[in-house]
Amino acid sequence: MTLKNKRILIAKPGLDGHDVGAKIIALALRDAGADVIYTGLRKSPDYIARVAVEEDVHCVGLSVLSGSHIELLKQTLAELKDADAADMQVFIGGTIPPDDRDTLIQLGASAVFTAEMKIDDVVQAIVDSLKDQS
Amino acid sequence: MAQTTPAGDQDNSAPPPVTPKIGTRLRSGIEIPTVVTADMAPDRSDDRPGEYPFTRGVFDTGYTGRLWTIRQYSGFGTAEETNERYHFLLDGGQTGLSVALDLPTQCGYDPVDPMARSEVGKVGVSLFSLAEAEILFDGIDLGAISTSFTINGTAAIIYAMYLAAADRKGVPREKLTGTIQNDILKEYVARGTWIFPVKPSMRLIADSIVYSVEQTPRFNPISIAGAHVRDAGATAVEEMAYTLANGLAYVEELRKRGSDVARFAARLSFFFYVHMDLFEEACKFRAGRRLWAKLLRERFGVEDEKALRFRFGVVCGGSSLTAGQPYNNIVRVGIENLAAVLGGAQSIFTCAYDEAFQIPTEFSAEIALRTQQIVAYESGVARTVDPLGGSHFVEWLTDKMEQEILTVMDEIDDYGGVIKAIEDGFLQTRIARRARERKQATDDQERVVVGENFFTREDQKPDYGEVFKVNPKAADAIMQKYEDLKQRRDDSAVEVSLARLQQAAAGESENIMPYLVECCHAYATVGEMVATMKKEWGEFQEPVRF
Repeated sequence: MTLKNKRILIAKPGLDGHDVGAKIIALALRDAGADVIYTGLRKSPDYIARVAVEEDVHCVGLSVLSGSHIELLKQTLAELKDADAADMQVFIGGTIPPDDRDTLIQLGASAVFTAEMKIDDVVQAIVDSLKDQS
Repeated sequence: MAQTTPAGDQDNSAPPPVTPKIGTRLRSGIEIPTVVTADMAPDRSDDRPGEYPFTRGVFDTGYTGRLWTIRQYSGFGTAEETNERYHFLLDGGQTGLSVALDLPTQCGYDPVDPMARSEVGKVGVSLFSLAEAEILFDGIDLGAISTSFTINGTAAIIYAMYLAAADRKGVPREKLTGTIQNDILKEYVARGTWIFPVKPSMRLIADSIVYSVEQTPRFNPISIAGAHVRDAGATAVEEMAYTLANGLAYVEELRKRGSDVARFAARLSFFFYVHMDLFEEACKFRAGRRLWAKLLRERFGVEDEKALRFRFGVVCGGSSLTAGQPYNNIVRVGIENLAAVLGGAQSIFTCAYDEAFQIPTEFSAEIALRTQQIVAYESGVARTVDPLGGSHFVEWLTDKMEQEILTVMDEIDDYGGVIKAIEDGFLQTRIARRARERKQATDDQERVVVGENFFTREDQKPDYGEVFKVNPKAADAIMQKYEDLKQRRDDSAVEVSLARLQQAAAGESENIMPYLVECCHAYATVGEMVATMKKEWGEFQEPVRF
């Protein structure tokens, strides 16, 4: 399981300050070999899309625990599209009610991660997803 | 039985159920002996509740004098909807209010701000101006009920708004009781609702404490909180150590300003998480209570026993709750509630079983409330003060935890103090590592979580009964109310009050609080007040480390 030579942006959109999940995943992805960039808290979807493009990352991971995951995913995908990066894979994790998981996938999320999933499974899902891409 | 199974069936049989180990080590690293005998335990036969160093409790009568405050954290959507929930909880026997505010209010944005739009009314109620506070407390006697606000970055503003609301209702300020969290240091480390840099933030806190002691002598102007760093990953020992270190930093700030430390220390309160290890939690509080009294006396020369009393509230639940088999959470919260009582908490919030993943429904909120009432009135634990006191094990563990807490505090001192450790991101990195360790230990089945990593069902789906949905029209309603307010208020009064606020913020000699109260009375919004102060103070630059 390796993410060598992969660049990944972990981002916190919106105002939510819960960054434990984002940091756990960032650490795990780094241990798996990825070059991880973390935005820090309270970033706008516009900023996240800009960083994703400027840093030439392979995928973006959004972390949202405030219940605003649908709006923030929509906005981030729209900003990526505007930045000519519509094919960028976007993962999303956080406090996501079961009913909303399919909605996020339909909107364009590559996968939805929640707290009860094992770290290794999350990393593996990203590995698999990026493999398909190349 | 295994021996009687025909060899040919072996391949098809399911793996035998794995039985978890009890384990001998606490997550904070302390090894627990199989038995603690009298010769291993310190002799604490002279300890009395209500007497220095307060190991057995800050009041000699414990809960027989006064039960802990039953205070359920609650708020969502519009002030009208939350007011309705408050009446539901008060009618059900809750004894204090605890206001959950939405993220725009907590981070200092008005509801129409592009940064705020998607978060309006989601995780709490929107209180963008005094007009909303007036609705929130409609039909509630602020002179009789105590109100707690989980508010930090904008704590001084929300406190000012509460005073203005009381003024409008004709409630004398000296009758007000309650708490504002107002602990910015831990926001930089976990939770993240910081706004201004450390220095002006410490000033705002000192200003609000000084003002509160004069204007609202029964109100707690700060609740120094370990809860959030704990839920973010810190161990019980680290939770207490970081909190006491932050507490001392606030006392130092007051001392530097020439304030009488003893007078203000009496109004400091604390807030912690209670997770599942019952004795670790109870002893954490016994150790923390003793250590705080000793530190204030030794480092600041405080002698007044009233000022040495370590009063604290707790929250039971949080990251100890699971999405798998969520009804198990009711049992967890019951045990945590018991630990809080055995530790001597002054105020308790029990999470609802669905609270880790959604705003509680009325159904789940009622069970959480009843849990406390069952512990309080059926279990009998409230009858005598510190019923664990004198147990060989409990006194041994209390001592052990006190030593470990001091060790962590020394590490922070060696680094250069808590403020440097926060500005550099040292504590943030430490907690992120801890969070990963805890998650890995859960994944690896070293930490037992029943129904999640042991004793699960094949067909287990994430299902927690009734789903709470925030009223989808709430955000639009709040934005409409915001526009309406801007139409009907006296703009010139707002401008004058904001200009005066800016002037006070630009200098260093004046207390900011009266200016914030004036702004609230003029119906200035939270976003306007924050923007005004940002002009003078700028914003905190987060050290992005993991």
